[in-house]
Amino acid sequence: MCRIGSIKSKVPIQPSVALRLMLPQQEGHDNSGFAMVMQDLYGIFSGYKDKPLMSMACTQRGAQLVEDYMDAHNFVQLAEWIPIPDKRPGLTIQAMPYYIFRNYDYPEDAEKMTDREREDLLLDTRLALRKILADSGQGFIYSFWPDVLTLKEIGDPSDIATYFHLWDDNGCLAAKSIVAQCRQNTNYAIVRYAAHPFFLQGYTLCANGENTFYTKNKEFQKSLHRGYIGFESDSQCFLNTLHYVHHELQWPLTYYKHVITPLPFEEIAEREDKDILTGLRQSLANLEINGPNTVIGVLPDGDMITCCDSKKLRPVVVGRDENMVAVSSEVCGLNEIMPHRNRKADIYPNEREIVAIDGDLEVTRWKQ
Amino acid sequence: MEAVKTQDVGVNDLPWQIDYHAERCTMCGSCVAGCSFRAIEVVTQRQSLTVSEGTVPKPIHTHMARPIIKQRASLTDFCRGCGICQKVCPNNAIAPVRNPDSRKTLLSRDAGPIKRGGRTNLNAQRTLDSIIVGRISQMTDPSLDSARHTFDIRSPFGRVLSAKELPFKVVDGKLIKQGHTPPVNWIYPLIFSDMSIGALSTRAWEAVALAVGYLNEKCGLPVRMSSGEGGMPGNLLKSEYLKYFIIQIASGHFGWNRIIKAIPHMVTDPAGILIKIGQGAKPGDGGLLPSAKVAEHIQAIRGVPKATLSSPPNHQGLYSIEESVQKMHLSMNAAFGFRVPVAIKCAASATSVSVYNNLLRDPYKICGGFFIDGIQGGTGAANEVSLDHTGHPVVSKIRDCYLAAVDQGLQGQIPLYGGGGIGMTGNAAADAFKMMCLGANGVFVGKILIQLLGCVGNERGRCNACNTGKCPMGICTQDPRLVKRLDIDRGAQKIVDYVLAFDAELRKLMAPIGNSSLPIGRSDALVSTDKAVADKLGIQYVC
Repeated sequence: MCRIGSIKSKVPIQPSVALRLMLPQQEGHDNSGFAMVMQDLYGIFSGYKDKPLMSMACTQRGAQLVEDYMDAHNFVQLAEWIPIPDKRPGLTIQAMPYYIFRNYDYPEDAEKMTDREREDLLLDTRLALRKILADSGQGFIYSFWPDVLTLKEIGDPSDIATYFHLWDDNGCLAAKSIVAQCRQNTNYAIVRYAAHPFFLQGYTLCANGENTFYTKNKEFQKSLHRGYIGFESDSQCFLNTLHYVHHELQWPLTYYKHVITPLPFEEIAEREDKDILTGLRQSLANLEINGPNTVIGVLPDGDMITCCDSKKLRPVVVGRDENMVAVSSEVCGLNEIMPHRNRKADIYPNEREIVAIDGDLEVTRWKQ
Repeated sequence: MEAVKTQDVGVNDLPWQIDYHAERCTMCGSCVAGCSFRAIEVVTQRQSLTVSEGTVPKPIHTHMARPIIKQRASLTDFCRGCGICQKVCPNNAIAPVRNPDSRKTLLSRDAGPIKRGGRTNLNAQRTLDSIIVGRISQMTDPSLDSARHTFDIRSPFGRVLSAKELPFKVVDGKLIKQGHTPPVNWIYPLIFSDMSIGALSTRAWEAVALAVGYLNEKCGLPVRMSSGEGGMPGNLLKSEYLKYFIIQIASGHFGWNRIIKAIPHMVTDPAGILIKIGQGAKPGDGGLLPSAKVAEHIQAIRGVPKATLSSPPNHQGLYSIEESVQKMHLSMNAAFGFRVPVAIKCAASATSVSVYNNLLRDPYKICGGFFIDGIQGGTGAANEVSLDHTGHPVVSKIRDCYLAAVDQGLQGQIPLYGGGGIGMTGNAAADAFKMMCLGANGVFVGKILIQLLGCVGNERGRCNACNTGKCPMGICTQDPRLVKRLDIDRGAQKIVDYVLAFDAELRKLMAPIGNSSLPIGRSDALVSTDKAVADKLGIQYVC
């Protein structure tokens, strides 16, 4: 089972905190990779918060292909960080030759664009680069968005951290929001794109458990939006649905929960808003999830959310201290990073609620 | 030999032969009285006997004329194998036996094409039996407990809009509905299919209707029943129970005079309207009610004289799908104030996907369901050549239609219902479940319902006499003496019990794949042991 976790903090934290949240949850041979999305960045990227940041892993040839494309499309490179890895022998990691994190300035004509058009430009650029890298077999691009950094690799999470010097706490990478996961979705082939968290136009999401409605979700989502591609992991469907409900339909977040875990018809019939809920259930029946799942997500405004399936077959816990709130599949992770918190205040979200954490670390519980 | 010609019909030419044991027979006459086909008669036969009548054995050989039961050698009054004689015989002295050397189908075209009821006897292949629910939740995710978890077993009946078409607006953080949406009823995914009053006896129709009432009122299962083309009793049209019925309109429009007159007096809306374009058992052919079954009450309900009622093969005046949508769908919607979903039923055909695609493009968003009836559907009367040699299997057609909708991102917008052979082997739940995984929103059944009432007809040529008005079980006849054989309450109870078991079995199939909602389109849950079936349906081949 995937263990997932996230941290939202008042002060910038480094990836080692996320690793310490995740590693106690590891069980047996459950260590096939590490992935994280960092948002609200500090450290070396703090000067470029409004500029799109590209996160990719590639070969030298792949880097050249990307550079050619970006040049041809008038993106101007601003800053770059290429980590120098610790290649000590004995580390379990299937490393790519290069990991490139690069800020760009928008093309000139982007000035006249609306926010929506700029969002689409970034998405289409990432999709185009993904295609170039995939067709040539030269690498992977995970995100291209302001103030968002994605790192993924296959191997032992602790070794991956060593490889990237994440244990060093050298201040290079820091953020106020981190979503992390320490295992790939092993039900499918181990490929980098299958490792969550996934990112799409400001939305970050990771999910554990088996999406038993994967086929239904996928077949429906494929024609909903050009950004819903890949489907290397059944968990991508949760991100696509979040993006569709919140970004495309522009419905309030509570309806995301109504879409993925609709109320039973008998309960809907008792509700004042039964017309709405029935409408959602019938029009978006193919976006329902019906398996054991927990979702952790981050919205474009930085709010962090979590919820679980309608039978609560995958648990999740939310804990906090004065500086941060963390969400975790298992409480042992919270105990590691926040041993002195008030454990009685931990929240175990029920099957009908969404828990949201805003920028002031205020925690809100919305019941479906 | 002098009295026999080779063209004479003998009992050995017939599909069933009577196995009669004179020594067990007490000549009570029950079998002869019970045989509605007049296939057996009492005759006197000279017999050679050895008897001893005294207190000590004194055997005497004698000849004696004795009454016996004899099978008629007739191509009109022939045994159908229904077994009513065996059922009524107190001494187990008589039973029909299938005759593998029958020449009946060859010989009985003297009066034109053979007509019969039932379903195809030639194309009863079971695609669904080569499909298994093969994706079981274990380790990666847990199976559910079919007895303890709650299951949400409902399907839409009505036109579903895409989310972007919903007239919803955000006000104060909440969605508010502004405007009309097409009516959608969420019903049980098992629809009792269109068998008319006329095809069925009033008692049989009433038994099915009673079961529907009970399932709704007492069991909480919103099962809906289609009236068939033949109208409905006036009192029912004006009662609260109308909400459980889908009123059918077919090319003969039988019964609609009464229905239209009842509209102002209706206290509730019907569950839906079903426009029957075609029927799987005899595609391209209209309904057929032989005059033998057009009894006085049928004449009254349908507003017709006593005559054979042949519905035309097409709805007169409709020449295209677009026209059908414009005229029939709109007028039916308008008749019920756009509150009642209007669906369409077609025989499965090589053209089904084209029809479905076209309906999906309907700009009025007004078609509330596409019912596809496969070749294994039953009928009360049809030409045998149609039953056995025309039609199209339903399984791949449902899949094709579903995938056509998937290609356009329109799956679920016009609910798909599949029928024709569902429950042929007795387990409708397994068939329904597999159909739903392949993309059907639900299934409709007819034959299995009358089989539960007592029909003994099958796809191996047994009985199949629904067209004769002589149904030995009182189900497909209007003869009051035969109709009386059917116990309405017990018949209804049998259907109720079956549907409750169906519901439990459906849960038993949903639980292992870990789903509490219906797995519509979850083809990943299925595997097939037949490579050709697997390839055609796009599911995993296993061996």
